[in-house]
Amino acid sequence: MTKDVTEDRQALLQHVLDTAKRHGATAADALFVSGRSTEVRVRLGETEQVKQSRSKGVGLRVFVGSRSATTSSSDLSKASLEDLIARTVAAARVTAEDPAARLPDAALYADEPPGDLELFDERLLSLDAETAIEMARACEDAARSADPRVTNSEGGDMSWGVSETHFANTLGVYRVKRGGSVGLWTTPLVEAEGVKERDYWYTSARYLADLASPESVGREATRRALRRLGARKPKTCQVPIIFEAPVASRLLGALAGAVCGGAVYRNASYLAGLVGERIAAPEVTIVDNPHIKRGPASKPFDGEGLATSQTVVVEGGVLKSYLLDTYSAAKLGLQTTRNASRGLAGTPSASPTNLWMQPGQASLEELIADVKQGLLVTELIGFGVNAITGDYSQGASGLWIENGQIAYPVSELTIASTLPEMWRTLDGIGSDRDPHRSVSAPSLRIAKMTVAGS
Amino acid sequence: MSETLTALARFGVDEPALQETLGAIMGRDVDDADLYFEHVESEGLSLEEGIVKKASRSVHQGVGVRAVAGDRTGYAHSDEIDGARLLEAAQAARAIARQGGSQRSVAIAGSGKTHDLYPVTDHAVDEPLEAKLGLLERIDRAARAVDPRIQQVMASFASERKTVAIVTADGRVVVDERPLTRLNVTCIAVDGKNRQVGSAGGGGRNAFSFFLEADRWQEYVEEAARRAVLNLSAVDSPAGEMDVVLGPGWPGILLHEAIGHGLEGDFNRKGTSAFSGMVGRQVASPLVTVVDDGTIASRRGSLNVDDEGTPTQRTVLIEDGILKGYLQDRTNARLMGVAPTGNGRRESYAHVPMPRMTNTFMLAGEQDPADIIRGVKRGIYAVAFGGGQVDITSGKFTFTGSEAYLIEDGQVTKPIKGATFIGNGPEVLKQVTAVGNDLQLDRGVGTCGKEGQSVPVGVGLPTIRINGLTVGGVAV
Repeated sequence: MTKDVTEDRQALLQHVLDTAKRHGATAADALFVSGRSTEVRVRLGETEQVKQSRSKGVGLRVFVGSRSATTSSSDLSKASLEDLIARTVAAARVTAEDPAARLPDAALYADEPPGDLELFDERLLSLDAETAIEMARACEDAARSADPRVTNSEGGDMSWGVSETHFANTLGVYRVKRGGSVGLWTTPLVEAEGVKERDYWYTSARYLADLASPESVGREATRRALRRLGARKPKTCQVPIIFEAPVASRLLGALAGAVCGGAVYRNASYLAGLVGERIAAPEVTIVDNPHIKRGPASKPFDGEGLATSQTVVVEGGVLKSYLLDTYSAAKLGLQTTRNASRGLAGTPSASPTNLWMQPGQASLEELIADVKQGLLVTELIGFGVNAITGDYSQGASGLWIENGQIAYPVSELTIASTLPEMWRTLDGIGSDRDPHRSVSAPSLRIAKMTVAGS
Repeated sequence: MSETLTALARFGVDEPALQETLGAIMGRDVDDADLYFEHVESEGLSLEEGIVKKASRSVHQGVGVRAVAGDRTGYAHSDEIDGARLLEAAQAARAIARQGGSQRSVAIAGSGKTHDLYPVTDHAVDEPLEAKLGLLERIDRAARAVDPRIQQVMASFASERKTVAIVTADGRVVVDERPLTRLNVTCIAVDGKNRQVGSAGGGGRNAFSFFLEADRWQEYVEEAARRAVLNLSAVDSPAGEMDVVLGPGWPGILLHEAIGHGLEGDFNRKGTSAFSGMVGRQVASPLVTVVDDGTIASRRGSLNVDDEGTPTQRTVLIEDGILKGYLQDRTNARLMGVAPTGNGRRESYAHVPMPRMTNTFMLAGEQDPADIIRGVKRGIYAVAFGGGQVDITSGKFTFTGSEAYLIEDGQVTKPIKGATFIGNGPEVLKQVTAVGNDLQLDRGVGTCGKEGQSVPVGVGLPTIRINGLTVGGVAV
């Protein structure tokens, strides 16, 4: 990125902010985001699809006193922007007064964003489709050649992209960040006795060199698909449930949704009003850390341009803090935790960055060994998690445990309980957290849930 | 013809530029190609805590250029539409699909549009803001008046006008202007520590006045509020296999998840669907006929033409229990040697089209819905659902109830808390033992996700009974 380009973008944002003020805005903030990405897919060894994307756009939030409105556009011609900004300021004038709606306090911008978080790999700029196709093919090949029961494939895929975000507001703040990411995955189908199953595995990273090898990803995908073959439907019962790390992360994701400011101030979270209370087993500690080098959701500044900071969400099972942006913090009478996240369109809202649960000591095998009769969940499907009421009922498949050993695969079942009950009765935490995920938990064992089957 | 060129002019493209671009893509070795121009103007308004807090407006446009050779697809897209960018994208797409080959010239021909399913002239996105804000405020007051336990009301109105111009490999230019609206109401009811939610809404390819006609907005309000309050007294759902009666309308999501995705052409060409190779086989009870119909006026899932320029149609998927066919886009139809069915859809110019559903529903049967319920000794009556999901390879699908009741001795009794249902796509419709005479389409709230692309869809169902579906509650 040359200096000229940076100045160009800064000038564009300044023009957007000035135009908003000219039309009557009393404050505003704006983003310019541009990106390039490529996706390739190889299926059964042949290139199936190559897709190249380029995008750019401007997002703007304007305030007229304590009224606000937002806009976004990919049409950056001056005439079009002028018209859109005029309409947006006009829209702000007719929305309601909302005392919580404002830019962050100017004093908060005194904190400088952290130095290089290693989020941008120059090598991604020169990665070409041919190299990526070879890697995707190697990944799919490894999956297909791992076992004769692999009879088909949804392909090997690789995607990578880089993006650049410029932020400016009418307090005179201007910030720039760059980032990139790359991912590689494959989805083999396996077949035995006329029954088909599929599964996938992946690797993703900020830096190309940090990807797992295509071969290891392919072999793992096939291992995961094969272990589903011959699944039975279990009898309806109540047993201990172990969530394997990837699905445990989804359980943590449900908690993440319930601690975000938007759900809390609307009283649409089962965790609303519970800061300082015990909400999980005492071994549970969960931290939101935007400063992890090469972290999947690391960021130097948030969607309102504030330097990010670490937030302890749960410590020793006690809820310590929500994740907040300026608006939700004002609604709750708290300070922002600098977790504003923002796309081009719409208003900022609080969301986690790298929300990681502290791992325990036990291996997954050790968690299983303590279970006389139970279920290791390896896949969840559906949307049966209600963060408002805490009710939990999800479609699942996995492996049945008998006398501390994996006995046979099971599918077409559901598991049900409530989120508060599950977090309180957690009685085992694995040592196996996946660092590639932004919301990441180790394998977790819940003392008892209802399994519905036949 | 002049109409289509006028429409193209808004994208800043003229006939020579189109011919040059198509000429650059098409060669002996390229089987298909298209250009997809899109301009979207959208607006979102939302109310909470009694005031409209959010108003947002966006304008997005761009072009996607595709070349297909055999089963290889090259796709490039850009949000800058000009001759040079088009040519660059065309060359990129062609290079991906296949190297070499000679260029061939393509003449630009007339339109291929056969329907006019949403002739809206007064687009909701252009309606004065005051009218829309006023409606959201009335919704807030009306919802709070239903019951003092309604403590939070969230209402939103989204509208867009999407204009697409599709230039096909044979030089056809199809222009389609697509309105889309959606009004949504969510109520949270609180009683002590018990907090429950209820939602309702609707919309379609229609004008803002749609919501004021026949007091539709009031229906949504009453339903959302009633559902939130009802759930305050809901008991734990039972767990295990049970007889389930699905009410009419939105519970048609069952069809979408259990069989719809599995019948999409791409999965079947590749042999990755649980339904692969099953055309002509019995996959449902003889009571069951299921269609996908993109031609119903003003529906959320309807289109005059799909996103490849093919006119939409009514496709019979299952007739009297027998699997009849799949949903196709151009690429998969060509590779499977069948005709496209007008189901090639994409989220935007930044996405490659693939076979997708439009409005998917089961035809009505003959039974009185009240008799269907009376025939169940112990089971569940489910009338509203949240989301669903399917694994198209194993056929396992789930969907989660948001309003459901116990049936005891043929009577609908206590409401139960959100239970998830799980079943196996190729099996579940064989367990249908009764089909009601009360087919309803949903109110226009469905959005379907596939490979990261979201498109608006519709579903529909008469009251049906399914024997032995697994219900995922907590009570054993």
